[in-house]
Amino acid sequence: MRAYWALFRGQARSQTSYRLSFAIDVVSNVWATVLDVFTVFVLFGVTRTLGGLDLREALVVTGMSACAFATGDMLVGNIERITLYVRTGRFDAVLVRPLRALPQLVLMDLPLHKLSRAGFGATVYLVALGAADITWTPGRVLLAVLAPVGGIVFFGAVFVITASVAFWWTESGEFGNAFTYGGRDFTSYPVSVYSGWFRNAFAYGLGFAFVSYYPALALLGKRDPIGLPDWVGWVAPLVALPATAAAALIWRAGLRRYTSTGS
Amino acid sequence: MMTVIAARGLRKEFTVRVKVGRLRRDRRTVAAVDGVDLAIERGEMVGYIGPNGAGKSTTLKMLTGVLTPTAGDVSVCGLSPVRQRTRLARRIGVVFGQRSQLWWDLPLRESFDLLRHIYRVPPAEHAARLFRCRSLLDLDAFVDTPVRQLSLGQRMRGELTAALLHGPEVLFLDEPTIGLDVVSKQAVRGFLAELGATGDVTLMLTTHDLADIEKLCRRLLVIDHGRVVHDGTIEALHARYGSRRRVVVELESPSSPPEVPGATLSAVSPLRFEYDLTGATAGELLVRLAGLAIRDVSIVEPDIEDVVARLYTGVPVTDAP
Repeated sequence: MRAYWALFRGQARSQTSYRLSFAIDVVSNVWATVLDVFTVFVLFGVTRTLGGLDLREALVVTGMSACAFATGDMLVGNIERITLYVRTGRFDAVLVRPLRALPQLVLMDLPLHKLSRAGFGATVYLVALGAADITWTPGRVLLAVLAPVGGIVFFGAVFVITASVAFWWTESGEFGNAFTYGGRDFTSYPVSVYSGWFRNAFAYGLGFAFVSYYPALALLGKRDPIGLPDWVGWVAPLVALPATAAAALIWRAGLRRYTSTGS
Repeated sequence: MMTVIAARGLRKEFTVRVKVGRLRRDRRTVAAVDGVDLAIERGEMVGYIGPNGAGKSTTLKMLTGVLTPTAGDVSVCGLSPVRQRTRLARRIGVVFGQRSQLWWDLPLRESFDLLRHIYRVPPAEHAARLFRCRSLLDLDAFVDTPVRQLSLGQRMRGELTAALLHGPEVLFLDEPTIGLDVVSKQAVRGFLAELGATGDVTLMLTTHDLADIEKLCRRLLVIDHGRVVHDGTIEALHARYGSRRRVVVELESPSSPPEVPGATLSAVSPLRFEYDLTGATAGELLVRLAGLAIRDVSIVEPDIEDVVARLYTGVPVTDAP
């Protein structure tokens, strides 16, 4: 454990050694999330309800998604730099250290400046929870805490899965972004606004509906217009478990592929 | 004696795609390492050389657990490199020329401190090893400079230190002197020689600079087309590939060179002859030349670069032991 802590310290010290650039990163990173939330307000300038939710209710979905994505992105998002490591051969240097490869990569590149964005996401979530008309029960308090945690793990798994593609396809480029940033955009709105095969694939096939939409319905005490039973919202955060299992499997397969092809 | 690095029938195949026609691509299997046997004892210093693409780095990667062999058995320090990668990593040191183990934005000193935690080295041992490296490699002048500002030679000295702070039993060096200036090369070689002299550390290095080998390695492994084509001393390599001592004769006045049994003429100009000794001694040759007006005679010892160059450019050598 102390070995990984040393990696974290090294990264923290490296980043803060450029003070001004670090400060600029901290501030500019908030903007991405500000714009996401602002988009929701703009939408409600055109319509009064979105997928059966009014503005304050929809903001619970957006806030939960922002909180989960921004934190997951901060903790694990930089794993996407693996394409660089594989392409330049620096991944070999990772493998000759007496530590596991995945935590090494995550800690070596942990973008601390994204802390501001994660903090902003959490703030939006808390404000939305306060503004929405929620009948608080102990169960709902617990769900309000666990849902973003499940979302963070879920997005972390998505980042690992899309980054693992680099083991097979070094020039994977923007491909992974469709699922990571695409997933963030998808989870910012009630699933009921989407339709057809796209909704089925993203929401239920890949599980993005369970990150923010269904937990938010359970918090707000609303029924799902798509027709899933009410209890779904209460167990939705468990979607993090199969996602993590899939990520672990794909990562290991990728690592095996790397050690057998070396590129 | 204890065998530290053992490999038997080590083989690594890669699949490459070859363009055939406009759209079609064929998959073709290429063996980068094609049946290498190794037995390296504790404390040996072995030079591993070969032309580009001969399979040097691939072998090193299989020995350090980065690559899984396609076939064959391999063990380093009694461990299976890929399966026991993290355990092995504690017992070996690796310097891959262009792949840094250091923190780019941090002073060298801090990288060393972080590595102490990563390898869980007791502080006293760490301090003792660092002290030794600092004096032998002259690190003090730049130990507080961020790595990104170091010269290549300084960085390489830092990399060497980083690879040794956990007291590895085996040190793998991939091109440790590539791109270094003369002074840094000498510092690195001197340091490695000193390290080898202790007899505790087994050293295996790949290089393009044969001076590295001549200065450091009693044993030489030459690999070509994925196979070991020579395993032995430098002298044995000369004997085997017929590197010859050369006698250069410079004359006062132009004349034609006499035929000498046991020596072949390799270069002739009016005022200068060069003989390769193929059986005769230098003395026997000079006796035959006694009638000429000789200004100067020099005897050129065989150069390992020539031997290896001949090996590399020639037809692949197939009579491997």
